[in-house]
Amino acid sequence: FSLPSGRLKPDSSSTSFLSWASYMTNSPTLIVMIGLPARGKTYVSKKLTRYLNWIGVPTKVFNLGVYRREAVKSYKSYDFFRHDNKEAMEIRKRCALVALQDVKAYLLEECGQIAVFDATNTTRERRDLILSFAKENAFKVFFVESVCDDPEVIAANILEVKVSSPDYPERNRENVMDDFLKRIECYKVTYQPLDPDAYDKDLSFIKVINVGQRFLVNRVQDYIQSKIVYYLMNIHVQPRTIYLCRHGESEYNLVGKIGGDSGLSPRGKQFAQALKKFIEEQEIVDLKVWTSQLKRTIQTAESLGVMYEQWKILNEIDAGVCEEMTYGEIEVKYPDEFALRDQEKYLYRYPGGESYQDLVQRLEPVIMELERQGNVLVISHQAVMRCLLAYFLDKSADELPYLRCPLHTILKLTPVAYGCKVETIALNVEAVNTHRDKPCLNSPPAGPSPVRMRRNSFTPRASADTVKRPRHYSVGSKPLDLVGPFPSLEARDGADRQQLQVEVQGTLRRFRLGPTES
Amino acid sequence: FSGHPVPASQHPHTWASYMTNSPTLIVMIGLPARGKTYVSKKLTRYLNWIGVPTKVFNLGVYRREAVKSYKSYDFFRHDNKEAMEIRKRCALVALQDVKAYLLEECGQIAVFDATNTTRERRDLILSFAKENAFKVFFVESVCDDPEVIAANILEVKVSSPDYPERNRENVMDDFLKRIECYKVTYQPLDPDAYDKDLSFIKVINVGQRFLVNRVQDYIQSKIVYYLMNIHVQPRTIYLCRHGESEYNLVGKIGGDSGLSPRGKQFAQALKKFIEEQEIVDLKVWTSQLKRTIQTAESLGVMYEQWKILNEIDAGVCEEMTYGEIEVKYPDEFALRDQEKYLYRYPGGESYQDLVQRLEPVIMELERQGNVLVISHQAVMRCLLAYFLDKSADELPYLRCPLHTILKLTPVAYGCKVETIALNVEAVNTHRDKPCLNSPPAGPSPVRMRRNSFTPRASADTVKRPRHYSVGSKPLDLVGPFPSLEARDGADRQQLQVSLPMPGVGTG
Repeated sequence: FSLPSGRLKPDSSSTSFLSWASYMTNSPTLIVMIGLPARGKTYVSKKLTRYLNWIGVPTKVFNLGVYRREAVKSYKSYDFFRHDNKEAMEIRKRCALVALQDVKAYLLEECGQIAVFDATNTTRERRDLILSFAKENAFKVFFVESVCDDPEVIAANILEVKVSSPDYPERNRENVMDDFLKRIECYKVTYQPLDPDAYDKDLSFIKVINVGQRFLVNRVQDYIQSKIVYYLMNIHVQPRTIYLCRHGESEYNLVGKIGGDSGLSPRGKQFAQALKKFIEEQEIVDLKVWTSQLKRTIQTAESLGVMYEQWKILNEIDAGVCEEMTYGEIEVKYPDEFALRDQEKYLYRYPGGESYQDLVQRLEPVIMELERQGNVLVISHQAVMRCLLAYFLDKSADELPYLRCPLHTILKLTPVAYGCKVETIALNVEAVNTHRDKPCLNSPPAGPSPVRMRRNSFTPRASADTVKRPRHYSVGSKPLDLVGPFPSLEARDGADRQQLQVEVQGTLRRFRLGPTES
Repeated sequence: FSGHPVPASQHPHTWASYMTNSPTLIVMIGLPARGKTYVSKKLTRYLNWIGVPTKVFNLGVYRREAVKSYKSYDFFRHDNKEAMEIRKRCALVALQDVKAYLLEECGQIAVFDATNTTRERRDLILSFAKENAFKVFFVESVCDDPEVIAANILEVKVSSPDYPERNRENVMDDFLKRIECYKVTYQPLDPDAYDKDLSFIKVINVGQRFLVNRVQDYIQSKIVYYLMNIHVQPRTIYLCRHGESEYNLVGKIGGDSGLSPRGKQFAQALKKFIEEQEIVDLKVWTSQLKRTIQTAESLGVMYEQWKILNEIDAGVCEEMTYGEIEVKYPDEFALRDQEKYLYRYPGGESYQDLVQRLEPVIMELERQGNVLVISHQAVMRCLLAYFLDKSADELPYLRCPLHTILKLTPVAYGCKVETIALNVEAVNTHRDKPCLNSPPAGPSPVRMRRNSFTPRASADTVKRPRHYSVGSKPLDLVGPFPSLEARDGADRQQLQVSLPMPGVGTG
């Protein structure tokens, strides 16, 4: 099994693809953010990057603020950002050039497909510089301009992410708002918004107006740009909560069988009742409840006594020939399959069934719809829940199939700053453990592994879509371990409903790396 | 399984229709010859294909019904009181039909294809929609490129029923005057003040730019995405299947066999055909199955393999002959014949599943220029049904023989289809729908997904009703194919060229 190495060139035999989405991206793209400070550029950059990585397009953010802070260790005041501060202007331009060199290395040498340049880029001069850089390197350019004139939105954004920026030391929090507003004024002096009617009419861009209330879209060039536009038009910033859980323990869970369509065990039914009580106590406004079309999630939802919707695409991963078998049976009957799955769990496709990668593709519309919705409870399955969770927590393809999603446990996700707050709520109902850790493999496989390919595909190229995508964390956004190790199930037994773990990603990260571009 | 809190009327038909929770009225806006009818029809075709029952209500049809003979642009002058009154009455009649469609005939989306250029008219529509609890989404087409407008008049207006055969010369002139009549009172959507709270998309200069305001829900966002991906550049799409495979020879379905000797001959003939066509920037797509890949390999050009173009998954019936299936799974075999579109092979897929899987392919085909898609019988049927606006009933029986290319060229509001049988013999893999005398009594549990259990869980396999749009009942564009025997020995031959119906403008 040979992995294509180096960059994929459209004019070579290596047009084979990593995933559906990355395959459709035929030349590297530079996404250039535009906007005054506190217009949500970093929020959009990070969120978009998380989405693109999840669908399989290697993407990385380059935040100019990080480079600027690297160059100028201590920030004093907004004076640095005055347009007539020649020395500072020179430093800021140098930082931009260094960042662009990193963009180039990422897109040409490190298998990146999309780079997001997160900076204000408010002047034509700066944008022209970026355009000629991109032309030199044959990168496509897509601008994302965020325009917002609602003072409340801006103030909220400053409070949420700027006050905790590394630019402002702990002791000086009171003056932050004031300094930051002055900083915005510095940019306003020279801000030249994209001009769709004349100067910029030939550029490809989206103007996001007042946080998604309106969009102006100009000259979309290709599949991935159209996908990006679609995504940006579906996300929103209203506060809401997403609850993820699995069905109650099923009869098959009890006997260790995977797949199938069994009903709930007595303890599973207990969980459904406990879930009802939990949901009632949360007093959630306009909660939508989604299930798969399998008996065990439907029975769980039926207990809630509320409206719910059944989605076929939320059904559990299809284990193909291994459906309704125990891991022990699979190991005996298909020892090779069993071993291969452990080696590359994300890419491994059950004969006649699906891989985690297939599942991510199938679940993409669910993510899009979750982005559009308010409060939602998704009652799904182990593999499905792992894929959804990986999206929200920015987990890589390596980690995804091993995320811990135990039975009878709810994950409560609340968007905070640039990430998601996760609360793990184990309801007080015992259940079997269905998690298998990745075994320690001492001997990596030698040679090709034909079983990873689709049962009915035959050429090495045909299986190229199962190549693992490289994962490069964005500058300043290496994800924290949000889910972390779960306490063992035994520890939960007998405990009353208990919030076992609350980690606030946003807060932790902000104090370390809170970006704000120069 | 007991009663359920979800009202029966909300049962999902398909993924897309399921996400559409209340009826939507799409209201076109624009001067004549701005492509409103083109967009209405195309969008309607797409929505029906993905499973959302949609119908166009073209005001021109109602107006021509009311006023049998059109004399001249004078009818459209804003100071022609009598005519204005007739036109308004027509609009009201059309809206009553919209109401019946959305409330009584299971329609989910109605497209009101008219100029709707005044605020007065739009306010009337908005209050009508409010009364009936319909969501409203406006699609305004703005175009100031005189060449685009002239091309549109020539393409679809000259052949309009408004203009009799004998009088073609003056059409352009009369039509331009008609446009001027509307310009006098045209109030474009005002995103900054008057219309800022409405949900709409402004399509500017045929997709060069879009202004999107206050998208309300899933289906509106889907519509916006679709409108942003379609284009009107001339191009050609070629559809064909792989060359005859070893499994075709023995009558087995599915599997992953290679080409038969005749299949390889077809691949060579295809290469010659493609070279002769001299197509600019042709993209070639295959599935990830051996037989399409081997076919494409012979062409000596770059090609791209798409997993989602793989043949329908026949589940437990993979690699069996129809005869074997009939013996081993007689019930399955019978059920498939009864409801072929909805029938899902145990452990496999239905045609309906396939349509959902192929949606990104259609979106990408819309975005592309010239493309040759080398796929499989069931996949090709689904793609063809999209382009030719075929219903779910017809789809699984569309004729897509081996060694035959369908050349699709967008023309006016439809697609021109040329059928090119290359001169290479192959087996016939088509099975006509058998004549069924006794329809099944009661529910057919096998139609459900193997691992689903409630009646509701199978509700997504409910057949969507199919209502043809006013003035757009599709022609039989593919029509009966000549039998394969007839093609044997014939030289490369264009067997059939059908042209779509001429357009009907609004008024």
